[in-house]
Amino acid sequence: MPPEPSDGLPPVGATRLLADGPKVINVGLDSFATELASQDRAVVHVDWVPPAGGDPRIARLLAKLST
Amino acid sequence: MPRPTVAALIDTANAEALRRILAGDPWLIDVVAARDVLPRLGERRILHAGPPIEWARMCGPMRGAVAGIAVFEGWARDLAEAEHLAETGAFAFEPNHHHDCVGPMTGMTTPSQMLLVVENRAFGNRAYCAINEGLGKVMRFGGNDAEVLDRIRWLTAEFGPALGAALRQLGGIALKPLIARGLTMGDEMHQRNVGCSSLLLRQLAPAMARTSPGGEALARALAFIAGNDQFHLNVAMAMGKAIMDPVRGIEGSTVVTAMCRNGTDFGIHVSATGDRWFTAPVEMPQGLYFPGFSAADANPDMGDSAIVETVGLGGFAMAAAPAVIGFVGAGNASDALAITRLMREITLAENPEWAIPALDQQGVPTAIDIRLVVETGIAPTINTGIAHRKPGVGQVGAGVVKAPLGCFTAALEAVAETMGVA
Repeated sequence: MPPEPSDGLPPVGATRLLADGPKVINVGLDSFATELASQDRAVVHVDWVPPAGGDPRIARLLAKLST
Repeated sequence: MPRPTVAALIDTANAEALRRILAGDPWLIDVVAARDVLPRLGERRILHAGPPIEWARMCGPMRGAVAGIAVFEGWARDLAEAEHLAETGAFAFEPNHHHDCVGPMTGMTTPSQMLLVVENRAFGNRAYCAINEGLGKVMRFGGNDAEVLDRIRWLTAEFGPALGAALRQLGGIALKPLIARGLTMGDEMHQRNVGCSSLLLRQLAPAMARTSPGGEALARALAFIAGNDQFHLNVAMAMGKAIMDPVRGIEGSTVVTAMCRNGTDFGIHVSATGDRWFTAPVEMPQGLYFPGFSAADANPDMGDSAIVETVGLGGFAMAAAPAVIGFVGAGNASDALAITRLMREITLAENPEWAIPALDQQGVPTAIDIRLVVETGIAPTINTGIAHRKPGVGQVGAGVVKAPLGCFTAALEAVAETMGVA
């Protein structure tokens, strides 16, 4: 069991998440980040898409042609 | 010793492509009649912008320009006869790129026109582009009335020869340092050429005064350059072509050597595959319209002018031109910085000779790698003028257009095939 904040020790794990709130890094779809930001939650958005738009055949080709 | 991987071979080829781009030494040296320098440009042969296209698939402004240039050349008595001749196959159509040429928007090149000559002194090749006609109703946007044709006649009979004489007297004008200064003056050399046009005029005026008979002809020539902010665009285009042509045909190189559009298709060339076209339907520019016009009037994107982006200018150098980003309706100055940074994601390097002050002197993004375009899904950003979709009207706005990703994917598959990779 994680120690409770009342123990006088710094919160850890899920307790810390509840005490401090989540720190969010959003990867991919920006609508998730936008939704959190609209609720005044701090969020860092990483603009990422799957290589070759997610086409597995082109992605395999790219892997062979790229270092 | 282990054999190098395909990826390593491509990297070596691309290093050579980049070396040739950066080593380019383009000079504006002359103005000549097309028939004197393009031996394969015969009578009734019309060169156009973009990848190959026949009359049946040409857009409105391209058809308007074809009709107009046919009348200018004396191949038809009027526009109606010119259109009839085009429909019945009387004219042969070929891309400018097949003849060492480029042309803005509709990009008409025919035997009687006077062409700017840019020589790449590092490699000895030359590239050509017609003289920019100015703003308003012009043939590059599909204009074809008497005013348009009279201006081309004047460019051919009076202005072109005068400009050529001045350039020969000067021994040519070095373009790399001119572009470097233009980037510090807010030009990106596609939709903004105010700085470079002014710098050209400063160099040309004394020579034109020495070589011209003087009087009103000289005044007309100087006023024409001074009154056309985009005068330098066609110089920049011939320069881009002269820089990129020596990069063609490097085995294994995935560097883009040309991007262009004909109002129907977008086409690219890639170094490894030489003259082979990779095409996809061209996209509609997103931008701002002149008063009285809207997106409903717009023609899909046109012109060989994306050769400017191919060498790292235009949309790739947007950060140098905060005034342009508003003109093309693509945001604010901070957005301009972001666009140049984004274009760096799909290029191999920066050109240290063409630095952008607003990016702490970072060079323009240089050498588009189709592998990076396909991997990231980031399409090259091109600044462009917008033509009316009907023939004879002209320019109705300016904007930004994305190169369609399908060209790059098709090119990647073709390069892989040449390397024995499937």
